[in-house]
Amino acid sequence: MATHLDTALDPLVQAAAAAAPAKPEKHTVMMPIGVPGYTLRTEAREVPVSEPPVLAVNSELEFIGKPTERWDAHYKVSGQAKYTADIQLPGMLYGRFLNASVPHAKVLSVDVSAAEKYPGVKSVLVIERVLGNAELRDPKLETPSRYPIVRYAGQPIAAVAATSAHIADEAVKLIMVTYEEMPFVTDQLSARKTDSPQVYPGAADQAGSAGGGGGPHGVPQTGNVHGPSINKKGGDIEQGFKDADVIVEGRYVTQVQTHSALETHGVVADWKPGMLTVWASTQGTGSVREEFAQYFKLPKTQVRVITEYMGGGFGAKFGAGNPGVVAAQLSQKAGAPVRLMLDRKEEHLSVGNRPDADQIIRIGAKKDGTLTAIQLESFGTAGCGTGAGCAGPATNMYKYAALHTAENDVFTNGGPAAAFRAPGHPQGAFALEQAIDELAIKLAIEPLDLRDRIDENSVRRVERQVVRESALWKSRNPVAGADSGPVKRGVGMAQSVWYRFISMNSSAEVLVHRDGSLEVRSAVQDLGTGIKTVLAQILAEEYGVPPAKIAVRIGDTNYPVGPDSGGSVTTASLTPAVRDAAWQAKKKFLAEIAPAYGTTADDLQIVKGEVRSKSGKMQPVSFQRAAGKMKVDSVSAQARRIPDYDRSKYETYGGVSVVEVNVDTETGRILIPRVLAVHDCGRPMNPTQVISQINGGTIQGISYTLYEQRHLDPNTGLMVNPNLEQYKIAGSRDIPELQVHLVESYIGQSSTDASGIGEAAGIVAVGAAIGNAFFNATGYRMRRMPMVPSEVLAALGKVPQGGLKA
Amino acid sequence: MNKFIFSDCTSVDAALSQMTGEAVVKAGGVDVLDRMKNGVIEPAKLVNITNIPSLRGIHETETGVRLGALVTLAELGDHPLLQSQYTVLADAAGHAATPQIRNAATLGGNLMQKVHCWYYRSADFACLRKGHDMCFAYDGLNQYHAIFDTNVCPSVAPSSTAVALSALNASVELTSAKGKRLVPVREFYIKPDDKHPTMETVIAPDELLTAVLIPKPAAGTRSAYQKYGEKSSYDWAIADAGVVLEMQGDVCRKAAIVLGAASPTPRLAVDAAALLVGKPITEETARAAGLAAMQGATPLSMNGYKVQLFPVAIYRTILLAAGKMDRDPSAAG
Repeated sequence: MATHLDTALDPLVQAAAAAAPAKPEKHTVMMPIGVPGYTLRTEAREVPVSEPPVLAVNSELEFIGKPTERWDAHYKVSGQAKYTADIQLPGMLYGRFLNASVPHAKVLSVDVSAAEKYPGVKSVLVIERVLGNAELRDPKLETPSRYPIVRYAGQPIAAVAATSAHIADEAVKLIMVTYEEMPFVTDQLSARKTDSPQVYPGAADQAGSAGGGGGPHGVPQTGNVHGPSINKKGGDIEQGFKDADVIVEGRYVTQVQTHSALETHGVVADWKPGMLTVWASTQGTGSVREEFAQYFKLPKTQVRVITEYMGGGFGAKFGAGNPGVVAAQLSQKAGAPVRLMLDRKEEHLSVGNRPDADQIIRIGAKKDGTLTAIQLESFGTAGCGTGAGCAGPATNMYKYAALHTAENDVFTNGGPAAAFRAPGHPQGAFALEQAIDELAIKLAIEPLDLRDRIDENSVRRVERQVVRESALWKSRNPVAGADSGPVKRGVGMAQSVWYRFISMNSSAEVLVHRDGSLEVRSAVQDLGTGIKTVLAQILAEEYGVPPAKIAVRIGDTNYPVGPDSGGSVTTASLTPAVRDAAWQAKKKFLAEIAPAYGTTADDLQIVKGEVRSKSGKMQPVSFQRAAGKMKVDSVSAQARRIPDYDRSKYETYGGVSVVEVNVDTETGRILIPRVLAVHDCGRPMNPTQVISQINGGTIQGISYTLYEQRHLDPNTGLMVNPNLEQYKIAGSRDIPELQVHLVESYIGQSSTDASGIGEAAGIVAVGAAIGNAFFNATGYRMRRMPMVPSEVLAALGKVPQGGLKA
Repeated sequence: MNKFIFSDCTSVDAALSQMTGEAVVKAGGVDVLDRMKNGVIEPAKLVNITNIPSLRGIHETETGVRLGALVTLAELGDHPLLQSQYTVLADAAGHAATPQIRNAATLGGNLMQKVHCWYYRSADFACLRKGHDMCFAYDGLNQYHAIFDTNVCPSVAPSSTAVALSALNASVELTSAKGKRLVPVREFYIKPDDKHPTMETVIAPDELLTAVLIPKPAAGTRSAYQKYGEKSSYDWAIADAGVVLEMQGDVCRKAAIVLGAASPTPRLAVDAAALLVGKPITEETARAAGLAAMQGATPLSMNGYKVQLFPVAIYRTILLAAGKMDRDPSAAG
């Protein structure tokens, strides 16, 4: 099957292939495959003999797959959880950036003398290398300078560390910067014109991060247009359109969205001789250690990264970044720890965003729905970075005879984009899934039926069946715009697609202590998605001890390396390593206590929290009592991720979102009373948390579709809404009734058979589903985001288009 | 935020004695602290009036109702007398911002908040209304800006309670060391003019807004306020209307219609209200009034849609006031 692996995430997959160890001894096991109630069966898999026994389906398990309270919920709601901004070290200083006040300029001078003299200031730094921006292929095109060229308003220029946050605020204001301002451009359409100011004087590329982001390298560049990056699949595209009975075509325009995690980017850096300790709000403790070690040329043994709690990350929190590097430099200079947390304005401006998109999609089909051709041309701006491609859904969702996609990045004087929850996919699906809806109407085929004909994914087929049987879908009037009166109801659906990525950098240690306590350790961080809870559930299942009693120690690079959380890899990557370690530690434990009971490890097993002898050599004894027989304080085992059992059996992940809208055609308001989200994520390890992620993704998708937009003033290049007041995010009254239907889907790939959910969850499909519901309600197509009243009234033909200026 | 002196006062006299030089009065602090955190103002001194007991309380009097300047928006929204007889005010206060803000924000502070414009409210833009040379909104991003009185500064009036009080023809009580004076809310706000672009109200630097007096409504009075935004939670109005109708049976005897987000000051739609007088309130008369309110509108490059939106806000709020339509689910808050 055609699995396009997002270019940005390719390194993960390559790492997976490269890291495959020497071939271990294997045996054949039978594993559950498919969806219970629909397609469940068993299939053979060749697996290493060292693997634990095949895990049964969730209904037969005690802890895994059961709704489980978040392991650290109590710490979070009671304020005991310490986030990066809560870290308080003796003598700690407070860091603050001075950021560029203009969007494009050469910096002629930076005078820090007044700031240095300000009482309480302990170190001042002028930044000589800025991370995150694209870099010229030929650096000689620009005159070398001590100071980086300013490519966007908000780019960090200098920083101070002082004894209080207030002093740091005051001191940065004393830094004098002289600029030689250059012409700039902030909107994508203007930047595409041949006479536009150029963001870079020549071709430039952006490095990606562990979370993806960054566009293709080495593609042609004309002016600000970095591309096209062309992908062709199947037959000739022109022939495909000639073979079509019906063609649909549309232009879809989406806006820049910023990540807006509740916790901003930030670190506490403590530079001591021989050890740099960093507390970071990060999606990858490993990625942070990696970048610190590289940047400062330190051995990894001298960098320790700690992320015990994290307040959200959607793809933009990897590596040291500018805040990390600068905080470490300030700390080194001052000889004291430095805390540097960004404020909300900096968060909007300088640490990533989802690029906008301007797409023209054209689809050809036979009368029976068979797709003969999909053609997509896209332009998008990732500011002074790249990574605005959005062809993933068009490439990977359906079966087609011919595909031709051309993706273009457009440089503008805005902050560089970063990976953002399913990079490119919400944009791409917004166009693709509305075009498919349009096609269904033209062909007079019901939208679910059309997808049954063109979508080969076996799990989405089940999901569409769930939708078909739902009360919400049954309430849909297939006639568009049927309601009289100003408020019109509609129901629409759209599909999402995401991919199975595995990080081989996933390992864990499990310890059994003589007092019967159990502990799991991994450097993995918990973004808030709940991996701590899942790790506890795995040990609980192996030892029959409730998850709340398991000690989960994560978020520290002193523990075995964990995966960086990007691409929805965490649960799929780490849980098999944890189960393997738990299994191996259990075997060691049973061997340790067997002599005390006059038997061997092979004779012993742990069932429902008791150690039992298979041959009846001993009465069952509680696990805790048995542990008392250990001769050492603890036994432990460490395991790493082994490759998936059979990668030839991969399918994409996905889901189907169904949205009900009430469109007020006089005010232009779209109200969403209900959403049904039908999703798969392999084996749901903790349904409570999976549902929580789907809720979150759906809400984030609604917020993106209806409200959020970064507004850059065209005349000054400055952001006019760098807050959470005028940068509009869904509030409590904007949240619909959310119904999540989880589809358990066994794929037979690892000892837990877990998959990922973060990116497929809601956000990919919900925008197009709202668009399709809008059409169902009104008979008009909504091809622009955000769907604010002015745009809705424009789509209904009541006012002229006022959004993106033509 | 800059360093400042915090002068905590427990009496009006004490507060008045502290209001010298660059002092800024702080009540709930919602608007003042927001502008301080954004670096738009850097006052040397804050005069805190939240601990002055005499400025609290909702009092029914023979001539109407007296509201202390420190009454919170939540108190206004929840008050049974206001809900039944001064509905437009309870609506406006009870649907403002968020529950947290309504618990902190005071009536006086809400009336005294500065105009709304993202250029004006950012320290990055040295704009006309802050005493500088130019307005950034005319050629910039003006989708949320005014559609009337746009010749100097097209910011919009921020206070929904000002819209309601203007519709009710209330007055504000201004107190200084010299004594007290009453100013009708309809005359309290100053349209931006070239000579004094930074002036927003008629309040003098030595005066404190101490109370609001609302006349007792005539028999048969019904009123309502609704605002429309882009979101349902926590959003500023892109269109809103405060409507007070004096009904005799089915016929409207007197009407006041006030718009907030249409202009830099609350805008009394006199011609629109006149259309209702002597007629029964129907969807037809309400829609006609809504359209009439837009006569003379001068929308900017990106906010023409507001000329479509206001008539809808107006007709639906007239019908709500008249009891002929439920509160609109499309309205915010």
